[in-house]
Amino acid sequence: MTFNLTVSPDFAPDHISGWYFFNTWLQRKLGVGIHLELYDSFDAQREDIRAEKFDLIYANPYDASMLVREMGFQAVVKPASKSDETIIAVNAESPFHTVEDLISGCRVATTDDPDVHTMGMIMLESADLDKNNTEIKQHSSYVVVAKNLLNGDADAGFFLKDAYDELSELIRSKMRVLVSSQISVVHHSLLVGPRMAEHIPAIQTALLTMHDDEKGKGVLESMDIETWEPMDSEQTEFMIDLIDTLID
Amino acid sequence: MSEQDTGEVRTVEIAYFDGTKRTADIVDREVPYPDGKLIVSRTDPQGIITHANQAFIDMSGYSEDELIGTNHYILRHPDMPAIAFKGLWDTIEQGTKWHGYVKNLRKDGAYYWVKATVIPNIRNGQLVGYTSVRRKPSRSKIVESEALYKTLLAEE
Repeated sequence: MTFNLTVSPDFAPDHISGWYFFNTWLQRKLGVGIHLELYDSFDAQREDIRAEKFDLIYANPYDASMLVREMGFQAVVKPASKSDETIIAVNAESPFHTVEDLISGCRVATTDDPDVHTMGMIMLESADLDKNNTEIKQHSSYVVVAKNLLNGDADAGFFLKDAYDELSELIRSKMRVLVSSQISVVHHSLLVGPRMAEHIPAIQTALLTMHDDEKGKGVLESMDIETWEPMDSEQTEFMIDLIDTLID
Repeated sequence: MSEQDTGEVRTVEIAYFDGTKRTADIVDREVPYPDGKLIVSRTDPQGIITHANQAFIDMSGYSEDELIGTNHYILRHPDMPAIAFKGLWDTIEQGTKWHGYVKNLRKDGAYYWVKATVIPNIRNGQLVGYTSVRRKPSRSKIVESEALYKTLLAEE
């Protein structure tokens, strides 16, 4: 039987090859066939997840909620010291210097990344802004969000902090961060579905010692992950409860 | 910081729903909510704190050791009407999410406003506790809440 792996589309394009190396490494470790499928769009990926196409998912916290509570997935590991944080940025020349300076009718550039969008909207609340008094435009990537800010087509943009940090220095120099979230406990995790549940102990053992293995270490570097840390069911439930409080 | 802050200190006896009381020095000084942070805590079903994140420790002014094992009502500001908390408990005991604006009391007697959300933690069908996440409220919501709570408090 061949299992199916997918990865939340919010990783930087530079790490695409890393996920292919990871898949090859994992198949050798487990002695099972795994097919990797990547997506550009969160919505298209979520549709296939709901159709029960996948057995192994590196998921963003928002999708982890659906996977665990509705589809019987189990989180096994998370990347060490890598939490998901959101940035609201503006053009460097913008007259807005704090979130509270943003006004009703302002144009917000976002992506279909559910966690970042949710957190971005939460951080706008302190300016009394919400979906009813802002012009929200969804774009295909963070690079396009940045372009909209640089061209003056948006007043504020939402970014995954990791993605913002990986934009070129030139692009970043033309933007200014209004606020960066500091939540720490919301992060991606690798989840295993019911069809692959019998492999959970082997997956966890392989991943938790991955950095000790020469090849494994190289693969982790190509994915921009230092090491994996174990995740138990209570840690997962805690993160999901937290995400639930953020969704109206 | 609220324009109405006077920095005045008053000593108040705070009575809790379980019959206990404590005397606290209340300082009329707002500590601004930090940008980008979420205050996170968890309690058991009786409201005893079991988890506090760093933002909670920093904003409340208590140490982690002081918070863990203490009832969440230690944060109750005397300017908050009891009916607001009754609404909270009635909602979460029905298993639903509660949102509201809350004026919290710090250990040093100053205060901070939050937009709070509380949800029940259900594990294998059983209630095991509650998670509360607080975020930065807008100034206009604080002003509205101040007026509302003042009225409700006067009616108690």
